[in-house]
Amino acid sequence: MRVLLCGLFAVTLLSFTFAQARSNWPTPPIEGDPLTQVSGSLTGGSADHSKFAALKGPFASGPEVTKACLGCHTESGKHFMKNIHWTWNFTNPETGQQLGKKHLINNFCTNARGNEGMCAQCHAGYGWKDETFDFTNQDNIDCLVCHDHTETYYKTPNNGGNKSCSVMFEGLPAMDLTRIAQAVELPDRTNCGACHFNGGGGDNVKHGDLSSALKHPPRDLDVHMSPNGQNFACTACHVTRNHVWAGSRYAVIAKDTSGPGRPGQRRDVATCESCHGAAPHHEGSVKHRKLNDHVASVACQTCHIPRFARGGVATVMNWDWRTAGKTKDGEGYHEHGYTQGNGEERYTYKSIKGSFTYAENVIPEYGWFNGQMRYTTIDTHFDLKNQPIAINAYLGSRADGRSRIWPFKRMHTWLPFDIGNGTLVYTHLWGEDPDAYWGNYDMGKAIARGMKDFGLDYSGQFDYLETVSYWPITHMVAPKENAVACSDCHMQNGRLNAVTGVYLPGRDRNRWVDLAGMILFFGTLGGILTHSVMRGLSRFKNRHLNRRPDHTGGNPL
Amino acid sequence: MSMRQVLIYTLFERFWHWAQVTLIVIMLVSGFAIHGINQWMSFDEAVTLHTLSALALLALWVMATFWLFTTGNWKHYLPTAAGLGQVVRFYSYGIFKGERHPYRKAYWRKHNPLQAIAYLALKIVLFPLIWASGIIYLLYFAWGDTPDAALWLERVALIHTATAYAILTFVVTHVYMLTIGSFLHHVAPMVTGFDEVELSPEEEAYLVKDEPSRIR
Repeated sequence: MRVLLCGLFAVTLLSFTFAQARSNWPTPPIEGDPLTQVSGSLTGGSADHSKFAALKGPFASGPEVTKACLGCHTESGKHFMKNIHWTWNFTNPETGQQLGKKHLINNFCTNARGNEGMCAQCHAGYGWKDETFDFTNQDNIDCLVCHDHTETYYKTPNNGGNKSCSVMFEGLPAMDLTRIAQAVELPDRTNCGACHFNGGGGDNVKHGDLSSALKHPPRDLDVHMSPNGQNFACTACHVTRNHVWAGSRYAVIAKDTSGPGRPGQRRDVATCESCHGAAPHHEGSVKHRKLNDHVASVACQTCHIPRFARGGVATVMNWDWRTAGKTKDGEGYHEHGYTQGNGEERYTYKSIKGSFTYAENVIPEYGWFNGQMRYTTIDTHFDLKNQPIAINAYLGSRADGRSRIWPFKRMHTWLPFDIGNGTLVYTHLWGEDPDAYWGNYDMGKAIARGMKDFGLDYSGQFDYLETVSYWPITHMVAPKENAVACSDCHMQNGRLNAVTGVYLPGRDRNRWVDLAGMILFFGTLGGILTHSVMRGLSRFKNRHLNRRPDHTGGNPL
Repeated sequence: MSMRQVLIYTLFERFWHWAQVTLIVIMLVSGFAIHGINQWMSFDEAVTLHTLSALALLALWVMATFWLFTTGNWKHYLPTAAGLGQVVRFYSYGIFKGERHPYRKAYWRKHNPLQAIAYLALKIVLFPLIWASGIIYLLYFAWGDTPDAALWLERVALIHTATAYAILTFVVTHVYMLTIGSFLHHVAPMVTGFDEVELSPEEEAYLVKDEPSRIR
């Protein structure tokens, strides 16, 4: 009876333990109209644009449509001109660094500056091809690239490039601007994705967590964006006020302790916490309480985005500009060499860019991140011994109180640089002139021109160096049942193997304590074994005493 | 003096013992799973099991401590040098010569001197170390923002792990000692509560007359 009582106690304890962690599991799919993407609190629908006289057309050009838009939306132009999609310019208030696409060098296609004719296809404006672009003319704003809902709108380079490149843009179907203007809607994933899924020069090349697979993602690729999940448009999280939206990579909120705002509050953050709160695991179980403790030091993304470049679209992990410029019969060429998950072929070599390697379903790198990056810009002098040079080193530590452990894609590239000055260079890639690399395949000429156009000092000598850049992973949030398991980090040689500043049970141990403990335990076992063998022998030797060694006093120690 | 079967482990004491056995085994297995020594369960299962059984064990200890002091049973654990040498000599020498165990259980002294000192050490050194370090560890969420918190957590974890190895060694030794003589003979009193005890005529007369349920 009494033994039973003890057994019952243990069984009760066990069943309590395992039963509690299962409710609301897995995430229930949300039913609804799959055509309408959710744009935060904005729903649209208060005006049918096909009924507006101003939009009857015909329109000869994009700016004409913009004029019509601004005729009703009188303040939107002023608002939008503050948006980084317009300015391409950001001065970091903390580091004072001049950032933004207008200035930065990245380790993909190097620099937009001087190559705007090509690169500014993704500027939300019309006609930026050089320094003469008028950033104060509202008619230059491109409303349609974000608000087109016909999926027929497209942009082409703002000036002609070399013939070998411009063939890519020939033979595109003519756009019906009137139809497009009358069908405008709130932006959906396809609008934002037209540029953001193709950063770095191709599908998912740059970010790793932003690919065309997110246009219609299955639930397990992105639980928020999937039509079988919440069907979120980008703006559901990147909330908007006056045409400026939240969630810039130049000023990441790495640790949000404010949680969700009341109605009308917090229109300026895209953090997970702004919806899910600062204690997002609700069950009250030991596991969920412990996970809520993790929120202080581990970004949501670290566990909830188990891998990036999921969904069948690969991302570029390595890029080597050293091999660029090879030609066949004087012509540039490209090679396929990678078939990605969705069956599409990817280039592994292009004369205009060099060689690439791809990866899919990649486990991120992890590190303490306070939301700040220190960029290597055009005016940063570096020591070659510090290769690879971090194009953007992420900052943060356990001690600063505002960092959390974040996941990153680490991009590795051999980039051209100025040997004499120890700086990066602007490379003139795109243009109709003879100096453009995409045409002449002469890197020396392209750099000389790229630097000269902006009055920058160039030694005349270039070589290639190893660089890395870090891309915070924050999209492709998996359903909770696919989150990273505790033991993926709480183990030796696990995901967080390189992260310092924490004591991580399962990973960290003191080898002397473990050694001493093992010696104590196995030493005792050895002693017990010896003792019992000696007892056996003595019992045999003393068998004439005809009794067992007395045990009446021998309570078990 | 006569040898009689006397109830020396009350129902609560036996419940305490076996509940503690269960919980300590669960804590050892789950604790070393967290530490990465065994992979018998997932990390989150181990943490859940370890935390809940720790809370249960703490509650049990509060009850047991209350019981020890209100019933006077704490006196069984007072260390004594008298006879300690003989018991040590028995286990290290006499046992191999076929000698009798030198200790006789008394009604108010149910542990031999070696046992008493070992149990006392467990109660005032190992257990406080493991639960103090464990509670500090459990409360990390409350002090994790203080400077050098991770370093202090590492020290706390170090004490916790080292003590766990010591307790594991105690458990192994404890079970081995049961096998000296007859395993069942030793375990039976902790199940039925009754064991052979040497009673003085006065004790015997008292028990027979006033507490007949405690003597057979």
